[in-house]
Amino acid sequence: MPAIIEVQNVSKSYWRDSFEVPVLNGITFSVPEGEFLGLMGPSGSGKTTVLNLIAGIDKPNGGSITVAETNIAALSESQLAKWRSTHVGFIFQFYNLLPVLTAYENVELPLLLTSLSKTDRRKHVEAALSVVGLSDRMDHYPKQLSGGQEQRVAIARAIATDPTILVADEPTGDLDKNSAEEILTLLERLNKEFKKTIVMVTHDPRAAERAHVVRHLDKGELK
Amino acid sequence: MKIPFKYIVRSLFTRRLTTAITVVGVALVVFVFVAVLMMANGITQTLIGTGSDDNVLIARKAANGEISSIITNDVYGVMASLPQVARDADGKALITGDVVVIINLQKVGPDGGMSNVTVRGVSAPAFQLRPQTKIVEGRMYAEGAREIIVGSSIARRFQGAQIGNTIRFAGDNWLIVGMFDTGGNGFNSEMWGDVRQLQSAFSREGAYSTVTFRLTSPDQFDAVKTAFEQDNRLQEFEVKTERQFFADLSEFMSIFLSALGIFITSFFSVGAMIGAMITMYAAVANRTVEIGTLRALGFKRRSVLAAFLIESLIISLTGAAIGLFLASFLGFLQVSTLNFGSFSELEFSFALSTDIVLLAVVFSLFMGFVGGFLPSIRAARLNIVNALRSA
Amino acid sequence: MKVLKLMLKNALRHKLRTTLTILGIAIAVVAFGFLRTVVTAWYAGVEASAANRLVTRNSVSFIFPLPYSYRDRIARIPGVETVSFASWFGGVYIDKNQFFARMAVDAQTILDAYPEFRVPPDQLEAFLKERNACIVGADLARQYGFKLGDVIPMDGDIYPGKWEFVVRAIYQPRDEKIDGTQFFFHWTYLDERMKANTPARAGEVGWYIIKIADPVDAASISSQIDEMFANSRAETKTETEAAFQQSFIQGTSLIINLFNFISFVIIGIIMLVLGNTMIMSARERTKEYAVLKTLGFSAKHLVGLIAGESVIISALAGGLGLLLTYPVVGAFSLVVPKSWFPVFYIEPSTIVLAGTAALAVGIAASFFPIQRALRTSIVDGLRFVG
Repeated sequence: MPAIIEVQNVSKSYWRDSFEVPVLNGITFSVPEGEFLGLMGPSGSGKTTVLNLIAGIDKPNGGSITVAETNIAALSESQLAKWRSTHVGFIFQFYNLLPVLTAYENVELPLLLTSLSKTDRRKHVEAALSVVGLSDRMDHYPKQLSGGQEQRVAIARAIATDPTILVADEPTGDLDKNSAEEILTLLERLNKEFKKTIVMVTHDPRAAERAHVVRHLDKGELK
Repeated sequence: MKIPFKYIVRSLFTRRLTTAITVVGVALVVFVFVAVLMMANGITQTLIGTGSDDNVLIARKAANGEISSIITNDVYGVMASLPQVARDADGKALITGDVVVIINLQKVGPDGGMSNVTVRGVSAPAFQLRPQTKIVEGRMYAEGAREIIVGSSIARRFQGAQIGNTIRFAGDNWLIVGMFDTGGNGFNSEMWGDVRQLQSAFSREGAYSTVTFRLTSPDQFDAVKTAFEQDNRLQEFEVKTERQFFADLSEFMSIFLSALGIFITSFFSVGAMIGAMITMYAAVANRTVEIGTLRALGFKRRSVLAAFLIESLIISLTGAAIGLFLASFLGFLQVSTLNFGSFSELEFSFALSTDIVLLAVVFSLFMGFVGGFLPSIRAARLNIVNALRSA
Repeated sequence: MKVLKLMLKNALRHKLRTTLTILGIAIAVVAFGFLRTVVTAWYAGVEASAANRLVTRNSVSFIFPLPYSYRDRIARIPGVETVSFASWFGGVYIDKNQFFARMAVDAQTILDAYPEFRVPPDQLEAFLKERNACIVGADLARQYGFKLGDVIPMDGDIYPGKWEFVVRAIYQPRDEKIDGTQFFFHWTYLDERMKANTPARAGEVGWYIIKIADPVDAASISSQIDEMFANSRAETKTETEAAFQQSFIQGTSLIINLFNFISFVIIGIIMLVLGNTMIMSARERTKEYAVLKTLGFSAKHLVGLIAGESVIISALAGGLGLLLTYPVVGAFSLVVPKSWFPVFYIEPSTIVLAGTAALAVGIAASFFPIQRALRTSIVDGLRFVG
């Protein structure tokens, strides 16, 4: 299978006050299309950093990152924003739904960045919400939903624009056992049935089990 | 601007108390701003309504107001013979020489201090020249008697200024026999009497303060002006339309109030702006994760900037609307003050105008923009990763 | 005093917010201070009045004259030390926007009646000798660049015609409370022209200024004078100088009330800004206050903490604001012609008022957050996420 994500010799450091903290040291790997990749590693290993770089919300200091044949490391911020809106679907540990918007409106949010008409947007939102099984909660606000339900809405938001890849940062980190199960099953389904490429960072070994491939990061190096 | 409007509006409601406080602050500033301008405008409107463009009023060039102007009888004669002076059906010239003085009276009410009231001695044509002046109670003064009529504002606001009272001045008692109303212009704050009586009482025989006459037609004004410039008997005197003359009397007060009001309001508006800034900074700080999420989803920096700026503008516009609404009630108030231009009492209403409303709106938009600008920039400049991490 | 340290640290925690709050309040205090200064300047005439001076004017109004013949009759009343007089000249200097007080006075006695106008003896002598000489105030001289020997032309309105005056003396006001922008010339100069042109107006005086030996006699001497001229063609009204000055401002009570109202609004805005900040801060620290309560801190401590922080901020802001008011008032004095606001300085009462207001606001703004902190139970507080 062709690699949909190619990470070549990427390095990244952060600045804490006046200290430069190197996090990634020239890592190279690729993710074939349709893969469900799990990234694990201790705190500070750089796994979230890798995720952020692949998702285009951060830029490497060196190296190149190619996603669906676009070298995103070379894009400007403005171009990256546009790229993200159609190519990446985000799933965060704390769901990050906008509290003042309903479930429907949260899922619709990324669609507002496209040129779809209101009617077309409605179709996409309803489709996404039905995939995650929350069609009956469209008009609820996040505070009226349980943690598991919020995460499902977040997933609906992530798939609404039919993005190239899905990235998930500790998607089950804040959920109880049953809700975590639901979410992982959903992710599996998205991967198997809808052929979505998923890169997931996790601490949880049960979550890791569901991935096809698990790689470990330690001190910025991939094992 | 792709960030949905409903997100902006609803976000305003999540921090109700602090948003409300900011709105009230802006409302207060706008209220004071508008009130002061309404006062200045009210004075101007009242005085503009005092004169008409059909009449011209002549005063001595150097005079500051009617009371310091003197026009002697012979000069009056020259003016009366000008061809531009209109005549009534009986051929009588529509011209009046007025004697204008000021007397001190005690105000009614708890403020109860003294103030100055204009007393105007007029001749019969004055009532044809100023048709809005109508006797509403009592009767007209009798020529040859020590009688006067009072404007409704004076009757209302001064002690002993009602029909039946006598006022003592110039060594004599003057009986108030009637009350007149002019529909709310400057004459409402005056007392009128027979010019001959007042001239003799104040030893001003042979001279008037000002002369007013009706033009044969309004476009004759320039001709009159030229006549004054060319006739060397008239060179010391200045002719203006009656409306212009009284409007000019409001100039000093109007500018004084507006300038002082705007100066001070600008100052404390900074307080309201800073209040808005603090509120917006807090809003940004509280929604850092949301901002990061929006950016991660692909919304651009400038959309975030615009969203917060609009939030700030909504706050200030709401404040302006409240301030304007409350200020508009001032229009029902009738108040009175000493007009510096004429050195005597003038009753007026606060008057709103479209210009004032526009200014208030622009001012509030400015406040909202300045208050929201820096916080919006901060929101836009957030680094996505850091913003998301701050959860 | 560890609590004080905690208060200060709290205030400094959110440096931007605290700075903005202090700035916002300070600027509002400047507006307040400036406005109060305008109001006190309004009363300058009253403030500068002397208890031993009376003013006699025509009872009808200030614009009607009194006969010159009254002078000797007033002078004979026991308790009267000096009788001087003045007439308002008005007129136009250059254009109608050049406003300053122009008066014809009794040259021999005027400076006796007004010892707060200081004139060097040699200048006084020069002034007395020349019939169209004039005295100008030092502030006026500075405003227009008048020097001794300058000729000042004027266009009369009340007293029509062209007039010329020569500057022979410049008076220094005794202190900042005294108007230094006045212009005096010989009444005899005015009168002689009246005798020549309009004899009916000769021998008329605007108002009399009477210096009495003992301020206690003010009321009785006033009535004596008025009784003396009752039922004459020109009846008089005599009152203390303070009352006379006061009568000028009474007509403008609406404007003064407006200014006072605006002062309150300014205080209101200060309260809103500070209150807003305190509410935000207190809200953020809900959990901390709960923790403090579990540690044993009582309501009293919390009240002190919150109120203390609020007062520190308002005190700092008030102080800063007052300091800034001085340059603002100074700048205003420079830009605006001195003769429009002859006496314009920050009075102690303004400082006290602003200081008290700042303190009061500091305390008031902490009510809401204190109430909230006290009412939130420890359990709820610990749970707070904000």
